[in-house]
Amino acid sequence: MDRRKFLKNAIWFIPAAGLFRRFLKDAYAKPGNGRYDPNHHLYGMGIDIDKCIGCGLCIEACKKENNVPKEPFFCRTWVERYVIRKDGSVTVESIEAQKGKPRAKPEETDILRSFFVPKLCNQCANPPCVQVCPVGATFPTEDGVVLVDSKRCIGCRYCIQACPYGARYLHPETRTADKCTFCYHRVVKGLLPACVEVCPTQARVFGDLKSMASRLVRFTRMNKIHVLKPHLNTEPKVYYADLDGEVR
Amino acid sequence: MEKMKGVLEKIPEQIRRLLIVIAVIITGVVTVRYFILPSSLTDRRFHRESTVQRETAKNIVFAGASVCGACHADQAAKKKIGYHKTLSCETCHGPAQVHIENPATKPTAPRGREFCVFCHAFDPSRPTGFPQINPVLHNPIKACVTCHHPHDPVPSETPRECSACHAQIASIKTVSPHALIGCTSCHTVPAKHKITPRSVKPTKPETREFCGKCHGKESDRKDAPKIDLATHGERFLCWECHYPHRPERM
Ligand code: HEC
Ligand code: HEC
Ligand code: HEC
Ligand code: HEC
Ligand code: HEC
Ligand code: HEC
Ligand code: HEC
Ligand code: HEC
Repeated sequence: MDRRKFLKNAIWFIPAAGLFRRFLKDAYAKPGNGRYDPNHHLYGMGIDIDKCIGCGLCIEACKKENNVPKEPFFCRTWVERYVIRKDGSVTVESIEAQKGKPRAKPEETDILRSFFVPKLCNQCANPPCVQVCPVGATFPTEDGVVLVDSKRCIGCRYCIQACPYGARYLHPETRTADKCTFCYHRVVKGLLPACVEVCPTQARVFGDLKSMASRLVRFTRMNKIHVLKPHLNTEPKVYYADLDGEVR
Repeated sequence: MEKMKGVLEKIPEQIRRLLIVIAVIITGVVTVRYFILPSSLTDRRFHRESTVQRETAKNIVFAGASVCGACHADQAAKKKIGYHKTLSCETCHGPAQVHIENPATKPTAPRGREFCVFCHAFDPSRPTGFPQINPVLHNPIKACVTCHHPHDPVPSETPRECSACHAQIASIKTVSPHALIGCTSCHTVPAKHKITPRSVKPTKPETREFCGKCHGKESDRKDAPKIDLATHGERFLCWECHYPHRPERM
């Protein structure tokens, strides 16, 4: 082998070896070693409006699980009561989060229809809150959950303003933006989010959109599905069945 | 070269000095940002990973529905077949992860009336068919659990009147000309409908001829006013004009 040929081969060898190593690493990194791989999941939630009885236990469980302040003003998830009257007027109110307190009920005589709508962060595939954050403190994970980096957040409230669903609030203790994470710490361990766990009527359905066997995929197959504010192109991952046209 | 120098000299002295100062500041910032600061400080990935780690490390408060049965087999077996089968243990007993780790710290057991009422008090926004009571009138003062076992609440004897669930239709019908016609003469109701109303549904009349059985010219039912099936109401179904549970002459 002459020197020229050796050098030429060496030029090919170095990048080829690098590539080879890369493939080897990828092959070893493949799952099967039992670790949670966010790339193989995509989480979403289904909400069956016809089943919600407005008991509010989901709100309470969420607060206990996620250290959300007790006051009704701060919520990661909440439930709205819609009352559509015979004269066409619509009233919407967030139901009281504290249990045991008697709730004000609407006058029965002039109701056309009335129902409860549970709400939470829609974990948009195209989230406006991420776009407006000036410090990049909020971001979507590979498994489809939008998280807030509380160490990075400067509490400027831009994201709270930008969220079309009103899903964010400023945590009074940390002074940073806070929101629903689908109970990320639970779902990566295979548990259900706290609100889904305690829902007595299975009005909330949680699951993995990448698994054909998940309850959520079945839910989206068996029901007519609508998302909130589809015209904003946020591509929410909270799917409502039997959503009334008055719900915004 | 000569030309450049000429241009430079045309710029006033003070501006030239200012430019130098600005250039120094820019190079300073650029070196600090790209050469002195460690890349981990500016790398988004690092921040995201640490956020995800912090998020996943959070405390679990609710243990989940599947774990209780291991130690409380009786209650779990009982609940599984009862009306409360869709409720998770922790819906009533509150978060119990602490209890799992140390059974000596007992979760609460809500024995008071106000807890059941939270789900079962009548509320016009609740879906029809959900069992609701008036907490003021329904066996007042006594705790609910003295009559209904919380893990297997048995309602009244199962074959209930249609009015138990279809109160509005039933009460409208009692003041209508159809008051004396039983629900079952128009609806065939499988027994299962009273236990699982949503999955087993009764039949509903589907044709004009159904009402014609009593109201048609050739019907021998005397007390029912007669119409000509062929012309009356054209091709529309009768209940597109008459509400069947309270028909009116209009
Ligand atoms: C490791 C076993 C174990 C598991 C798992 C467990 N428990 Fe218990 N639990 C116990 C023991 C032991 C007692 C005490 C029994 C006694 O003192 O009579 C108890 C007592 C209770 C009581 C009675 C409190 C009272 O006032 O008498 C409740 C309610 C209860 N558990 C609920 C739960 C729920 C809900 C779960 C699931 C989240 C659960 N337990 C899971 C062991 C367990
Ligand atoms: C509808 C709400 C509700 C649900 C759901 C529920 N419990 Fe209970 N549980 C109660 C109440 C109320 C009592 C107190 C009963 C009493 O004192 O007579 C109780 C009592 C208990 C006790 C004390 C011993 C006894 O039988 O009285 C245990 C243990 C218990 N529950 C475990 C469970 C487990 C395990 C589950 C899930 C399989 C569960 N409970 C689901 C309401 C509930
Ligand atoms: C978190 C909500 C919730 C709580 C709290 C609750 N229940 Fe229920 N209850 C339900 C649901 C859901 C059903 C099933 C309804 C259905 O089959 O459509 C049910 C069914 C029942 C039924 C059967 C009624 C029927 O006609 O179908 C009775 C009786 C009952 N509950 C009594 C109680 C008692 C007593 C308590 C208090 C210990 C209680 N419930 C607490 C949600 C609740
Ligand atoms: C003195 C015993 C007693 C007490 C106390 C009692 N109930 Fe009942 N409950 C009954 C009987 C009997 C029935 C069936 C007859 C009926 O429908 O009224 C019933 C029926 C029900 C039903 C089914 C109603 C329907 O239309 O499907 C629910 C729900 C219910 N009770 C909840 C409760 C709750 C919640 C409490 C506590 C606030 C409670 N009960 C207290 C005896 C009792
Ligand atoms: C345990 C409560 C309960 C009892 C008792 C009951 N129903 Fe129902 N029924 C329901 C519910 C809940 C629905 C609504 C189902 C739905 O909308 O999916 C329903 C629906 C119906 C429907 C409409 C079916 C349809 O396809 O839209 C008819 C007709 C009906 N019931 C007739 C009766 C008659 C007649 C009786 C008495 C023999 C009766 N029901 C007793 C709960 C009950
Ligand atoms: C004269 C015949 C007749 C009688 C008697 C009757 N129904 Fe109906 N019912 C109908 C017809 C026809 C429809 C279909 C209406 C439609 O599709 O719009 C219907 C529909 C229904 C529905 C579903 C639609 C709705 O209005 O909610 C329910 C529930 C129902 N009936 C319950 C009852 C009950 C309970 C009784 C007894 C108290 C009863 N019906 C008696 C003829 C009757
Ligand atoms: C089992 C026989 C029977 C069936 C079936 C029946 N009806 Fe009738 N209907 C009667 C009788 C009897 C009266 C008269 C009651 C009276 O005037 O006291 C009546 C009265 C009426 C009236 C007149 C009300 C008035 O103000 O006088 C209308 C309209 C009517 N029915 C519509 C219907 C429709 C629509 C259906 C089909 C869904 C239907 N009926 C099915 C027996 C029946
Ligand atoms: C297009 C609307 C319409 C439809 C469809 C319709 N009706 Fe009528 N019905 C009326 C009106 C309007 C009246 C009152 C005027 C009249 O007596 O002709 C009436 C009156 C009646 C009366 C009372 C007649 C009397 O002499 O007292 C009966 C009974 C009746 N309808 C039964 C039926 C039955 C059965 C059907 C289905 C085969 C039906 N209607 C379909 C509009 C309708």
